[in-house]
Amino acid sequence: MTAASEFDRPDAVAAALERTGYLADPGLASAAFLAMRMGRPLFCEGEPGTGKTALAQALAQVLDAPLVRLQCHEGIDAAQALYDWDFPRQLLHLRTMEAAATASGDALDADAVEASLYDRRFLLARPVLEALQTTPSVLLIDEVDRADDEFEAFLLEVLAENSVTIPEIGVVRAETPPLVVLTSNRTREVHDALKRRCLYLWLEHPDLAREVAILKSRMPQLSDELAQQVAQAVHRLRGLDLLKPPGVAESLDWAAALELIGARHLDLESATTTLGAVLKYREDADRARDALDALLAS
Amino acid sequence: MTAADRGGSTDGPAPRAHAGAVLAGGIIDALAAPPDEDAVLRDFVAFTRLLRNAGVPVTSDRTATYLRALREIDLASEVATYWAGRLTLCGDPDDVARYDHAFFAWFSSDPREQRMGRPAPPKPRAATIAALTPPPGQGQGDENDDTPELKVAASGEEVLRDRDIADLTISEREHIRRMLALLTPTPPRRRARRRRPNSRGEPDPRRTLRATLRHAGEIPGLSRKNRRERPRRVVILLDVSGSMAPYADALLRFAHVLTRRTPQAVETFTLGTRLTRVTRELRQRDPERALRDAGNTIPDWSGGTRLGEVLAAFLDRWGQRGVARRAVVVIFSDGWERGGTELLGEQMERLARLAHAVVWVNPHAGKRGYEPVQGGIAAALPHVDRLLAGHSLATLQELTEVLADA
Repeated sequence: MTAASEFDRPDAVAAALERTGYLADPGLASAAFLAMRMGRPLFCEGEPGTGKTALAQALAQVLDAPLVRLQCHEGIDAAQALYDWDFPRQLLHLRTMEAAATASGDALDADAVEASLYDRRFLLARPVLEALQTTPSVLLIDEVDRADDEFEAFLLEVLAENSVTIPEIGVVRAETPPLVVLTSNRTREVHDALKRRCLYLWLEHPDLAREVAILKSRMPQLSDELAQQVAQAVHRLRGLDLLKPPGVAESLDWAAALELIGARHLDLESATTTLGAVLKYREDADRARDALDALLAS
Repeated sequence: MTAADRGGSTDGPAPRAHAGAVLAGGIIDALAAPPDEDAVLRDFVAFTRLLRNAGVPVTSDRTATYLRALREIDLASEVATYWAGRLTLCGDPDDVARYDHAFFAWFSSDPREQRMGRPAPPKPRAATIAALTPPPGQGQGDENDDTPELKVAASGEEVLRDRDIADLTISEREHIRRMLALLTPTPPRRRARRRRPNSRGEPDPRRTLRATLRHAGEIPGLSRKNRRERPRRVVILLDVSGSMAPYADALLRFAHVLTRRTPQAVETFTLGTRLTRVTRELRQRDPERALRDAGNTIPDWSGGTRLGEVLAAFLDRWGQRGVARRAVVVIFSDGWERGGTELLGEQMERLARLAHAVVWVNPHAGKRGYEPVQGGIAAALPHVDRLLAGHSLATLQELTEVLADA
């Protein structure tokens, strides 16, 4: 168990992240460091495949804390994210009490019965409440840009106060605030009120050297030459103005695919066979195939 | 200094003694002269003010967070100081470039972007499209380019509204550019097909029954469902051939304004000798960056047009597959077709079948004595719902009204 307060420098965070296989640049390390030290949520924005979600997973490993994940989608509401009452169990409880009272002939105290219905044991903890109750923890609010504007308002209290207000019970506050990571692919402008409560990290695709390092750290068996070639080709592909430029996940997939077919180097033949691991649109594949000769000439 | 007080951490570790502080002009050796903490903070607060002037919306609570972050880091490290500000003061990728610029101007005499762990971003500058399209008829004699404000004051907004964009001077274009940014078009709406759970609307027997079963026979309440409204897609096809050049900048800006309103519902393509999708570039918030990037993407700027062929390419690659389906398609073109018009007519018919509405905006339509007789426009006209002018700010405003009702 590594407490967040044990990290006294961004470099220490970077080193800890690296031990989990996540290579952080100075900006990312500073962001993680400040998020831990200041207790601020970290808002990660950037192209898909730049390692936003993976960062939360790596941080959970670093802190040796459970990762609670909330996947946002259109129409998500508070009941799905914060908490809900277990209505069937409440009802069953009520019926049991009625039956017991009828059997024994006692009168039921209506107020007491009602109070017993809103007991903690009938409370269903959804990800946010769960993260507040499990301390310490890492709460990943994934793809917050997919949720509606209204949903962001629910998150404000959580992010600012590390607490959730449940009318029947009161305020549930975390003993140790969870480390919150929000991710966004920027399909929608997230409200500034939300961003203001967070540290803002804009993630870009890694540079060539870092991408090679990532490939090598995730796939130690990969030859230096192939890692270099894959990273270089992916970099050039990103410059082609594709519909979906490949992310780090795609370079990893590509390297894995090349290994599977037993390719020693990236040449025209092996690249064409495995292109589906990198490019997911027909137009992109067409475009890349036209440019492949130039791409592979280094 | 209230911001500093709030920024002072109560729960965190005691503020680190400022072993060294990065100040304007360099690093003060704190060992020789312990800096007055207030003065250091004032300096950082002054930096946030500079940043605000540079266009980054820095609020006082952001400043407070910034000061808190500064207490956590080693102020002697330029990298750490850079990131403390970037993480707390920026809120948008567009802000990052402005922040970089301000940071290196304020804290460092020698820009060392590479050491910050990221390459130097291109500095935002005015998009060059307007400069590429000199106002015809004005010639080089116009010496007022360096005093745009004065020129604008003299011409006045109301006069500009109705002026043909092609006839404006560079400084007047600058003004139009700002006015375009103020347009607030209402995007067209469509009713969603699916009924969705809603607090109002007709009762939903299925969900009510399901909820009742789930709740052991108790009716937890009547579920209702309703149709929602969603934005209808707008597809902008912008002719960037030579004859449209005087209007291209303004029209692209118009597309940007529309894209910013409903980023997911607007698609923009340019038509020239080939088809180019500029949607992604136009989704950027900063208009200059959006325009510049879009301009860099378009390879066939001010070339010829083969409207029919390019339209066919659009329909094959995008339109048929869904982009044009039930969308409002706006074509900005003067309809000058070099090739035969038969293909254009066919493709327009195809487009009209796919689209909800087709609006053709022809800048020449606003000119006196205009008759839609040129080959291209004559072939397209039977398949067009509305023909508009769009050569001036006023007519572009009219277009927004047409779009809202489409």
